[in-house]
Amino acid sequence: MAESNKPTMRGVFINGVLNENPTFRLVLGTCPTLAVTTSAINGIGMGLAATFVLVCSNFVVSCVRKLIPDKARIPAFIVIIATFVTIVQMVMQAFLPSLYDALGLFIPLIVVNCIILARAEAFASKNGPVISAVDGLGMGLGFTCSITLIGIIRELIGNGTVFGISLLGASYQPMLLFVLAPGGFITYGLVLGIINAITARRQAKAGKEE
Amino acid sequence: MALHISTGPHLRSRQDTPSLMRDVLIALCPAVAASLYFYGLKALWILLVSTACAVLSEYVWQRLMKKPIRLNDFSAAVTGLLIGLNMPATVPVWVPAIGSVFAIIIVKQLFGGIGHNFLNPALAARAVLLTSWPSYMTKALVPERTLTFGLFESSVDAITSATPLVAPVADIRNLLMGNIAGAIGETCKIAVLLGLIYLLIRGVIRWQIPVCMLGTVALMSWILGKDPLTAVLSGGVLFGTVFMATDYVTTPMLKVGQAIFGVGAGILVVLIRNYGNYPEGVTYAILIMNIVTPLLDRSLKRKVYGEVKQNG
Repeated sequence: MAESNKPTMRGVFINGVLNENPTFRLVLGTCPTLAVTTSAINGIGMGLAATFVLVCSNFVVSCVRKLIPDKARIPAFIVIIATFVTIVQMVMQAFLPSLYDALGLFIPLIVVNCIILARAEAFASKNGPVISAVDGLGMGLGFTCSITLIGIIRELIGNGTVFGISLLGASYQPMLLFVLAPGGFITYGLVLGIINAITARRQAKAGKEE
Repeated sequence: MALHISTGPHLRSRQDTPSLMRDVLIALCPAVAASLYFYGLKALWILLVSTACAVLSEYVWQRLMKKPIRLNDFSAAVTGLLIGLNMPATVPVWVPAIGSVFAIIIVKQLFGGIGHNFLNPALAARAVLLTSWPSYMTKALVPERTLTFGLFESSVDAITSATPLVAPVADIRNLLMGNIAGAIGETCKIAVLLGLIYLLIRGVIRWQIPVCMLGTVALMSWILGKDPLTAVLSGGVLFGTVFMATDYVTTPMLKVGQAIFGVGAGILVVLIRNYGNYPEGVTYAILIMNIVTPLLDRSLKRKVYGEVKQNG
């Protein structure tokens, strides 16, 4: 939103989902992107947990942004984020124990997820509470869509299923590599490359028309 | 008089990629013959499918990407054949087929095609297949026929068995002849050695990598109390050393670097074999050294005469 000084709600939201998609455009939060996307359900679970934390922390950071001294802002952000991560962790442990077990260590690690910290620093500490929450929602949903997509691809190739539903039949011999760590890197790289190629082609087309 | 001005290199040899790759293919002939002898039609089928898939993927990719089609440099055929030779005889043919497609598309073409891949495509494919379908990739078959040259009597029935590295030590002569279970192309050591000699005589490869790697494997195994000769002759060490660890693109350019590459790969092979989870470590040893190669090349680069020392 470089052209207009005042960001609009819609612009901020779309920006988070598409133009500045945290996973594929900013390449932030690669650790959960690679580690938990072994299945589609893990991807969506991780994404929604991070979205909740992102919306709440952006809102609170924005509310208290004038009270936080500049030098102590990172610890302050971390405390706010950790509060919401703890809430997510306890709620998930109580109501979705299987997802909680699958995501394991990566739920508490949302605290140091660089998407959340980056949005607190780059957006919430400079903008009002409501638009910060919208930014968190856009970024969070962008993150959720991206890692669910990677999760779907990896689960389909590595296990023959999507969201646990068998799609490729019983005779399919799953390519185990894709649910292991190297498969995460390969899938991420391939999807990133395809998206970059599409963007480059679109920009070239737009450049020609101008 | 017309002066022709061009950038270096100005010294040209008659060696080019097609001639080098043709030499590699010729060097592979004994191994192919041995695999056909031991495993018959099964081996033929595996080799045909893996080679055809590699060549076809290269063609389709270059066609789709509107790049010049360079099938005549034989590099895809070599990759496909190497993948096939690395399969156990029991493998379903779709496994090497996927391996070939992966090697050419993901490992080679996505990084920019020939000369730009940072891993040996055939080895990377083998690692992928080993991780993805371990049960197919480790079920080696003891050949139905045996090669004796009248050296010893043997009557083995076709049985599946673990690779000889897991089982008790096989007879040295059996190891040399290939009367053991293993991947179809790597069991007959004599055939692989013939290939090595051919490549050395033709000047396709230098001696540094094979000698350093095999020497290190022997020495390290001896230090660890294993029989050095058995260590060198069992598993895929010899095949990997001759045909994979000597790939131009993914190994150091300088002789010193090649020696370090060989020693490093040798140490890794013995370490993985004796302390790792896998019975055989040649694939990962060479792949790891592939990744180290740019570092070796950069740190060993000789100073250009007259270069000004930069104060960092």
